[in-house]
Amino acid sequence: MGQDAFEITINTAKMLVIFLLMVQLVPVLVWIERRGSAFIQSRLGPNRVGPLGLTQLLADAVKFLQKEEFLPEHGQGLIFYAAPVMALIPAALAFASIPLSAPIHINPFLWNGHKFGPYDFEFQSFHFGVGIVYVLGVSSLGAYSLLMAGWGSSNKFSLMGALRASAQTISYELALGLSLVGAIMVFGTFDFSQMIQFQSQPLTSLLGVHMSIPAMNWGIFYQPLGALLYFASTFAETNRLPFDLPEAEGELVAGYHTEYGGLKMLMFYIGEYGHMMVGSALMVTFYFGGYLIPGLTVAQVHSHLATWLHLGANPAAIVTALALHVVFFIKVFFFLWVFVWVRWTLPRFRYDQLMDLGWKTMLPWALANVLLTAGWMLFKGMH
Amino acid sequence: MMPLFAALALLIFVAIFGSALLIVAKLLSSRAKPSKVKSESYECGLPEQTTGNTKTPIKFYLTAILFILFDIEIIFMYPWAVSFREFAARGAGLYIFGVMGVFLFVFIFGLFWEVKSRALDWE
Repeated sequence: MGQDAFEITINTAKMLVIFLLMVQLVPVLVWIERRGSAFIQSRLGPNRVGPLGLTQLLADAVKFLQKEEFLPEHGQGLIFYAAPVMALIPAALAFASIPLSAPIHINPFLWNGHKFGPYDFEFQSFHFGVGIVYVLGVSSLGAYSLLMAGWGSSNKFSLMGALRASAQTISYELALGLSLVGAIMVFGTFDFSQMIQFQSQPLTSLLGVHMSIPAMNWGIFYQPLGALLYFASTFAETNRLPFDLPEAEGELVAGYHTEYGGLKMLMFYIGEYGHMMVGSALMVTFYFGGYLIPGLTVAQVHSHLATWLHLGANPAAIVTALALHVVFFIKVFFFLWVFVWVRWTLPRFRYDQLMDLGWKTMLPWALANVLLTAGWMLFKGMH
Repeated sequence: MMPLFAALALLIFVAIFGSALLIVAKLLSSRAKPSKVKSESYECGLPEQTTGNTKTPIKFYLTAILFILFDIEIIFMYPWAVSFREFAARGAGLYIFGVMGVFLFVFIFGLFWEVKSRALDWE
């Protein structure tokens, strides 16, 4: 196979695998959410279908497939059907550009008498130099799917839910965008890979205490306020409790997806949980060192694995990449668990409180964070 | 250029994937019997009083306009933020901070004015 054909094949395969990975993780997340909620509320949760209720998701999928498919009486067909598809797009596109593991280098090797390589392989569908700008741009498309769903179903619950949801999403996008500015100033780059490169340096001092921990130079130590603001606005972006005003059951039935059922509903779920995954993955990449293991550099992981498992350089590189995937997903799942945890901890806001919090509290604090970071970098000298 | 085409390809793929799901759902429910009552808009079980989309509060529109203004201002801060460290390293940190300071003054003044003129108040 020629070099170009090989590149195109491998990139297409990577894109498909990462997209399907995201779609496949959604049922797992739903299971975590339901079992986690049950755990917090001292009840059992789904436990009938399969061990620990794990195959409940399959049963749910079959049920979704059997649901009748119809357009509401005044529904506007094209918009109504396009909305769930539109809900899938932002999460899928944003998740594809986040590095899931360390890039690996495969040395030239012989196979069936042919010489292959050398290859460099990155664990992200595509590597944008402007990483975060692309992700923010793509994920702001999410507001369209809300508005289309609300308008297309011609129902006043849907319409009110969509208006609330989109107004809330765009309001918190300001705080979200501004809270990341501080981190970008510290890293000096938009590129996720370079951000993780920065965080893989040893941590030399924290709160005046001198130390040296390899691969621990995480963003959280430079941007504690930024991380807090970012995570809080992610909750509002994904319309999760305590910011789930659009679906406040008592007032609006189910918000913008009142008229949706069956597979269309499932697609909204994939979009919502995908958005949560993107939010958590960005949190990990920006503030918690991505796929890095605290105390161990990537090269150290590689050499340890090679000695323990008696592997050559190439297989060890692949095993390292897999191990770092696991680390990345452990971190991401921790933050996804925080989403569930917060859901049953904080009560819902009132709508005016929500908007006040976004515009009058989080936005000024994010601005203050930018100014503080700039002042700190100038006078403390971080260059 | 390469990642741009890859992203476009993924966009098209996801759109086709989603549409295919919808078509599958439609095919599987081919034995559905639609009826007048079934396809009515959901309205707590009562007959609906208005058809289609009703009037919406203007407040949401105002919020969207304010969002566009502020969002563009925040986008302007991104190139500044990414080059800040390099400017600071070459000793031009105070200059670039001052330049942004002028812009930020307008930004903060705008936010203050909005709060003062009660454009952000919800009743």
